[in-house]
Amino acid sequence: MTTRTENQEDSMSTAIPTRAPHDDVPTGHQPSGGRVGAGLFDPKQLLRSLPEAFRKLDPRAQVTSPVMFVVWIGSVLTTVFAFTDPGDWFGWTISAWLWLTVLFANLAEAVAEGRGKAQADTLRKAKTDTVARRTDGSVVPGTELKVGDLVVCEAGDVIPGDGDVVEGVASVDESAITGESAPVIRESGGDRSAVTGGTKVLSDRIVVKITTRPGETFIDRMINLVEGAARQKTPNEVALNILLASLTIVFLLVCATLPPLAHYAGTDLTMTVLVALLVCLIPTTIGALLSAIGIAGMDRLVQRNVLAMSGRAVEAAGDVSTLLLDKTGTITLGNRQATEFVPVRGTAEAEVADAAQLSSLADETPEGRSVVVLAKETYGLRERHRGDITGAEWISFTAQTRMSGVDVDGRKIRKGAAGSVLAWVRERGGDIAPDADGLVSRVSEAGGTPLLVAVEDARGPRVLGVVHLKDVVKEGMRERFAQLRRMGIKTVMITGDNPLTAKAIADEAGVDDFLAEATPEDKMALIKREQAGGKLVAMTGDGTNDAPALAQADVGVAMNTGTSAAKEAGNMVDLDSDPTKLIEIVEIGKQLLITRGALTTFSIANDVAKYFAIIPALFAAVYPGLDKLNIMRLSSPDSAILAAVIFNALIIIALVPLSLKGVRYRPVSADRLLRRNLAVYGLGGLIAPFIGIKIIDLLLSLIPGIG
Amino acid sequence: MGPVTAGVLQLLALMGALALAYLPLGTYLARVYSSDRHWRVERWIYRCVGADPDTGMRWPAYLRGVLAFSAAGVLFLYLLQRLQGVLPLSLGFRAIDPDQAFNTAASFVTNTNWQSYYGEQAMGHVVQTAGLAVQNFVSAAVGIAVAVALVRGFARSRTGELGNFWSDLVRGITRVLVPLAVVAAVVLVACGVIQNLSGIHEVGQFTGGSQQWNGGAVASQEAIKELGTNGGGYFNANSAHPFENPTPFTNLFEIFLILLIPVALTRTFGVMVGSVRQGYAILATMATIWLAFTALMMWTEFAHRGAALELAGGAMEGKETRFGVAGSSIFAVATTLTSTGAVDSFHSSFTGLGGGITMLGMMLGEIAPGGVGSGLYGMLIMAVIAVFIAGLMVGRTPEYLGKKLGTREIKLAACYILVTPTLVLVFTALAMALPTPAGSMTNSGAHGFSEILYAYTSGANNNGSAFAGLDADTQWFNTTIGLAMLLGRFLPMVFVLALAGSLAGQRPVPATAGTLRTEQPLFAGLLVGAILIITGLTYFPALALGPLAEGLAA
Repeated sequence: MTTRTENQEDSMSTAIPTRAPHDDVPTGHQPSGGRVGAGLFDPKQLLRSLPEAFRKLDPRAQVTSPVMFVVWIGSVLTTVFAFTDPGDWFGWTISAWLWLTVLFANLAEAVAEGRGKAQADTLRKAKTDTVARRTDGSVVPGTELKVGDLVVCEAGDVIPGDGDVVEGVASVDESAITGESAPVIRESGGDRSAVTGGTKVLSDRIVVKITTRPGETFIDRMINLVEGAARQKTPNEVALNILLASLTIVFLLVCATLPPLAHYAGTDLTMTVLVALLVCLIPTTIGALLSAIGIAGMDRLVQRNVLAMSGRAVEAAGDVSTLLLDKTGTITLGNRQATEFVPVRGTAEAEVADAAQLSSLADETPEGRSVVVLAKETYGLRERHRGDITGAEWISFTAQTRMSGVDVDGRKIRKGAAGSVLAWVRERGGDIAPDADGLVSRVSEAGGTPLLVAVEDARGPRVLGVVHLKDVVKEGMRERFAQLRRMGIKTVMITGDNPLTAKAIADEAGVDDFLAEATPEDKMALIKREQAGGKLVAMTGDGTNDAPALAQADVGVAMNTGTSAAKEAGNMVDLDSDPTKLIEIVEIGKQLLITRGALTTFSIANDVAKYFAIIPALFAAVYPGLDKLNIMRLSSPDSAILAAVIFNALIIIALVPLSLKGVRYRPVSADRLLRRNLAVYGLGGLIAPFIGIKIIDLLLSLIPGIG
Repeated sequence: MGPVTAGVLQLLALMGALALAYLPLGTYLARVYSSDRHWRVERWIYRCVGADPDTGMRWPAYLRGVLAFSAAGVLFLYLLQRLQGVLPLSLGFRAIDPDQAFNTAASFVTNTNWQSYYGEQAMGHVVQTAGLAVQNFVSAAVGIAVAVALVRGFARSRTGELGNFWSDLVRGITRVLVPLAVVAAVVLVACGVIQNLSGIHEVGQFTGGSQQWNGGAVASQEAIKELGTNGGGYFNANSAHPFENPTPFTNLFEIFLILLIPVALTRTFGVMVGSVRQGYAILATMATIWLAFTALMMWTEFAHRGAALELAGGAMEGKETRFGVAGSSIFAVATTLTSTGAVDSFHSSFTGLGGGITMLGMMLGEIAPGGVGSGLYGMLIMAVIAVFIAGLMVGRTPEYLGKKLGTREIKLAACYILVTPTLVLVFTALAMALPTPAGSMTNSGAHGFSEILYAYTSGANNNGSAFAGLDADTQWFNTTIGLAMLLGRFLPMVFVLALAGSLAGQRPVPATAGTLRTEQPLFAGLLVGAILIITGLTYFPALALGPLAEGLAA
């Protein structure tokens, strides 16, 4: 772990970068073709969650979902009525299936929660009892630390609580929370001072100032989140619940007012039949799966190593219309790469390449390495190593000199930032080729960073040429941004580069807009401007100076490598610290909403078929004409009602995998999404129950005494 | 030319006339409700009632205006009927009984015009013109005002103000209803509708014996009866009476008047929210339902089943020969898909399924195109519900016309759609469960039940048409239907205005490619489906036991 990259970037960019680049950013989570991957679903989970599902039969657990609470009461009622007439197999069967309906709903929720529990258990292991050594020498258990305490951690210690490093540098193993085994550097000051309780110091010694009370640490919050203990209903979920409750009330009325109407018609409906009708009509499918969908949505984020501090944030992600993306690491590969050697007049290109390669051997920054590689690839210059050349004196790159080079065979070769190299040549009384300035500015105008190569040999000190360093846009980003545009999301590139460079990269990457020479204040102003226009803004950030903007943004994703201030301010934390993931987060948010809408539509559309099954079954005896509504030609009234109830229960189990995985989502326009989802879940919801009820009825009719 | 062809031609003429009036009237209405200039006559009115027409009202103030004005209307109308015995020009009619006076007052103030009385045998000139006819204007104007307030809720942002109720009310009368009604009345008079203040004439019949003919200001009342989707006839026979509706042309003209303002208001909506295409989508939704209902009605009424129908060329019982099956079917659908309730034929005598279509039209909430104002706001509420479900399916917090549909908005829309089903089902069930109300049925079996179901459906949805056959002038029906009308009119208005207030306060969300496009045919189709499934299905069991049981029996 070095900090050299940072220095070189600082020295070469014309403005302050808004976020420090990291060389510990994993390269995983590349764009996956624009498709939100499905979560895993293992049928065994159903079995494992069964005990929990039974525990949830407790009415206190049921009350939270109005729809399922009605089913629960219906089950109790039918059971009571079954006891009054113990010989009535129909009453018992209906009541059994109603209980199964409730159980299936519980099961869906339990399975969704179960997946979080496994994650929580791994986290809990990290929360072993720790002992804290305070700087004053006292030793206390980690649970008795107070905010502001200073504790000392040395190699092998587990950090007792969340805090900031105030002294020293150490490599820390954070695999307990990130799953990433490579250690990370934590040091006092700057943007990498935050340490998390439960992580382990591998080397050196640091002093940590505790910033969080025990019990409220990052790990504690993570455990609560993934277990669903801290789960609150999101705004959309509340609104949907209200709509479902009102539909439930309507159908309660329909069923409650039916007996006098039926009595007049000449038939008396039993409580069992009425409850069966009610349960079939109220939107049980979505009512049963609603909370599982919400939990699974959070879980899909957790699987991608993103922690959302609230469900609200996940929903907001679906609504985002402006994405603020940091250039470095998100749009471009973290580092600039050499793409071209441009000689000054009177010098051969190969000579520049050779000199550039030699002088870069002592530069181990990615930029330096890319010079070596380019020279090898374009001029066939064999990659040389420092050991290959004898008698050479290597001059390593430092932030002060901003140059690297080598003195060998009486030649002094230097390569580095334009200003430094020019100063070096002038210092030695050398000539500056008249076209050097022009070359430098040409590279700058093209959005690149110019490095100068100079030499001092028998012909005296002079500039040989320019190395064109260019930001390399990640593969596939252009398509990704086009997709986002189709989804109605505007992308804004944030960069510390000058406007010229920024524009060139923005054009190449295909983002809609860019903010150059961005300061934290500029970023904040941009967010506020977008929000004033009614837009929801998402961004990533890691530095302390990002914190206000992260807090202001509707979706603020803090990088786990960032400061604790940034993590506090954001409403999500990406444990992989991969800014590209913002795009996936948006897609997961959308997928969550789509799944809810699709299953609601499906649930409501189901009612048509159920009416056609139950109404003729109830009344065809008194009004034979109504038998014409029995378009499924169900075998008997009892079997028709039973088939509808059974379908209603089984469809819940059948849709559990879908509600956990989420509806397939592709980044296309709203029109196409709607067309597709309406066809699948609207039309499908109309037709599927006709087929399902008919099949169940056919099977039931095989049982003697029903058909 | 066969009767079916004639029907189709009538339908085409009707649609052509509506299409011609759509742009100018809709745009004019938008201008009426957006202008900040007052007419002189309007200033006088404001001065008389002591209203300030320029203050912007937040939704509670707007609602207070609606409720206070309507309460005053109910009280005035009630007293007028109770005092009829001492009023001049009362043709010798006595005071109306308290329960019937309450029912009638509620009925006309709520734009329902349910009539449990026989106009020509109970109401004198003063009650008819100073009471009932006045309410025909003002109740319609109240409806338009509330719809306009909701449209402003969508159109405005970051303000709580929905406009001024008094100015909306007065302008609706002075600039819209009165001018249109005058023109319509002149046309009707020219076509043979009577307009006089003469008394009762004793007329000899061809078959011997005699009959009483009333004179009256029929054409003027007829014009606003249709134009304001009121429906309260001067005569008990309503638009089947030759003095109200003498020819096939006046029949078609009256249907045109019924549909005119509700249809044009979709344009007003489009203009006011700044996208006429949004108005077209709402219009397309209404038109689809209306056309489908009309086609179904014609099909079931023309279907030749049984010797008598075969001979008559369709179900002619209860229909006027001068209108025929087609003219009656178009009228019946138009009157029940709006809150009009005027009838030119007897819905009770329609085929079982035909009767069911009239009921379903009302049960959908009368939104295709619906009553003046009430049709538009009812449809917009359904659009809110449909957008909420469909909006989730495109992966965003649902938004309609740039306004987010959050918890509060959905709560209000959900309350709105609860009101009428509750009233209809609870009152119907009570009437069926109690011993006395059922005594008012003239038929037994499914048809008898339809009479009661129809009565409460008509009352709670502020339609006002009757299935005929039910003796509704009992204390039970006068009271319960009166309550159903009042609650069915004003409770939804509370939710509509609260919703308007909530929408107006929002900051609009700009539309992007990720936004559900509500001006697309796909959305109109979705809206039709949502309306049929969410409101239609609620009544499926009740319909099965009434019109479906009867209609499918054959």
